[in-house]
Amino acid sequence: MQNTALLTVENLCVEIPTRRGILKPVDDVSLQIAPGEILGVVGESGAGKSMTGNAVIGLLDPPAHISGGQVLLNGKRVDNLPREQMRRVRGKQIGMVFQDPLTSLNPLLPIGDQLVETIQEHLPVSQREARDRAVAALDEVGIPAASSRIDSYPHEFSGGMRQRVVIALALCAEPDLVIADEPTTALDVSVQAQIISLLKKLCRERGTGVMLVTHDMGVIAEASDRVAVMYAGRLAEIGPVRQVLTDPQHPYTAGLMGSTPGASLGRRRLNQIPGTMPGLNAVPDGCAYHPRCPRAEAKCRAEPRPPVSGSASCWFPGEVKI
Amino acid sequence: MLAYIIQRVFQSIVVLLLVGLVAFSMFRFVGDPIDNMLGQERTGADIARLRTQLGLDQPFPVQYYKFLSNAVQGNFGVSYRQGRPVSQIIAERAPATLELAAVSAVLAISFGVVLGVFTAIRRNGVAANLIMSASLIGVSLPTFLIGILLIYLFAVELGWLPSFGRGDVVDLGWWSTGFLTASGLKALILPAITLALFQMTLIMRLVRSEMLEVLRQDYIRFARARGLRDRSIYFRHALKNTMVPVITVVGLQLGAIIAFAIITETVFQWPGVGLLFINAIQFVDIPVMAAYLMLISVMFVGINLLVDILYYFIDPRLRVDRTAAAK
Repeated sequence: MQNTALLTVENLCVEIPTRRGILKPVDDVSLQIAPGEILGVVGESGAGKSMTGNAVIGLLDPPAHISGGQVLLNGKRVDNLPREQMRRVRGKQIGMVFQDPLTSLNPLLPIGDQLVETIQEHLPVSQREARDRAVAALDEVGIPAASSRIDSYPHEFSGGMRQRVVIALALCAEPDLVIADEPTTALDVSVQAQIISLLKKLCRERGTGVMLVTHDMGVIAEASDRVAVMYAGRLAEIGPVRQVLTDPQHPYTAGLMGSTPGASLGRRRLNQIPGTMPGLNAVPDGCAYHPRCPRAEAKCRAEPRPPVSGSASCWFPGEVKI
Repeated sequence: MLAYIIQRVFQSIVVLLLVGLVAFSMFRFVGDPIDNMLGQERTGADIARLRTQLGLDQPFPVQYYKFLSNAVQGNFGVSYRQGRPVSQIIAERAPATLELAAVSAVLAISFGVVLGVFTAIRRNGVAANLIMSASLIGVSLPTFLIGILLIYLFAVELGWLPSFGRGDVVDLGWWSTGFLTASGLKALILPAITLALFQMTLIMRLVRSEMLEVLRQDYIRFARARGLRDRSIYFRHALKNTMVPVITVVGLQLGAIIAFAIITETVFQWPGVGLLFINAIQFVDIPVMAAYLMLISVMFVGINLLVDILYYFIDPRLRVDRTAAAK
């Protein structure tokens, strides 16, 4: 596994120094993605999912910074690369799709210019060839009449079409890994499934690994091979998607599944997880989930925090059912 | 596009008509021109004759119409003080002001944009912070004080540059230029800097804050995530997006440069229309004042029209929205 993994994140920590102390939005997270594999990353808002993605691609906004652990891409460390070398990795080896297609395209440049610029930045091709590739890329993501629409401006496309353009942009230099940060959250429900299946299809064809960050369990179930559940900056559970969704080991995963409509069979009231996720300035000792956990004991409240045993970071894995 | 421009031109004409009304009102309400033109030794017959001769016995709308139709043809009457046609006086003075304003505008815009981008990119750098602090001086010092300080330093203490006047000019027939002589160029430096400094700091601070705003946008993050070079991100993606608000303000400031030229021209005794205007006020030379007012308003309106058209070329979204709205 170590040698074949496309992306290896080991004990990654991200810190944000503030006046009231150091916040840890990502705390000791380890995960791997194999070539062509889609890893879903789920959790509530503020659980550190996006922050993990940004740390991998080296786009943390200062003062946030990686304070520990390492990120390996194809076996090479990328978290400590100099600025200029990391720039070459972005786009060429790691692509990224953002949440809101309405704001992630430059409104003043035709989409073709944005594609050609990105292609020429990373691949040694002529202007004309770059343009041909741009048309092909748009065609591939399902923009109808790509060759005539290449000179259109972003505002001339609908939200779903713009997200297709964003995907074309993220994939146009043929990266090995794509980080998709909530790629469907801002879209109509009817378009969401199309975008997810498009992303899935393109990555399957090219053997591109995907880190799919989302809070939508339906998207995870639909698209990913494996899933990582995050809570308060930590990894709660990681494993194959079928196993995690049907037989969750961590009580938090079980709680999430119980509160997702349609994830479990039968008509019943949705369960709520009592309370809210702690703020980053007040993460409790021991297991971060213990104040909300139905199974918590004294052991859970004390340090050290539970190690990852099997697939879950819990002292009592599998004891809480959906 | 065409409908939009026609609409804007129409609005501009309305503005100019209103300014013309104000300019014309000065003739009636700022003293009686008959008093100014005839001396103490006048008779009732003199007054009546001059009144008829100047058309002042006609009703207000008729007079206003005559004033406008003359003004459109470039005829603003005769200066009370110099006894020459106002249009001729202004034509003599305008090149001095326009050359000064043009050099100041180029200085203000080029340095303002470059420094604005620099201070935004190196937000936490020492140099950027120094420039920002120094710009506070530029914003807060009044123009005449900057002029006097520059004169004191470069003309009085160092003796490098002349303290007043325009130097030697070359007469091209319809235009007299100071660009072609060494003394003309030397004389231009201090007034141009004086006039440009405030505008430059203003443009710089505006470009900086707009840049910082744009650099936070998602499309800049996405551009970074695609591994584009900093140069492309800053100048191709970010700077262009700051241009709409910047051009709006720059357009207004170009008008202000010509208007502020009054102060700079007074400090440096620069023989332009601003100085002419100040002298005209002292002698209640109303035809000159009215003509100056009209001239400045034509420039303001013209520049604003140009700015509105420029939006079109910068922002593709306006092209669609406005034409759809115009239909």
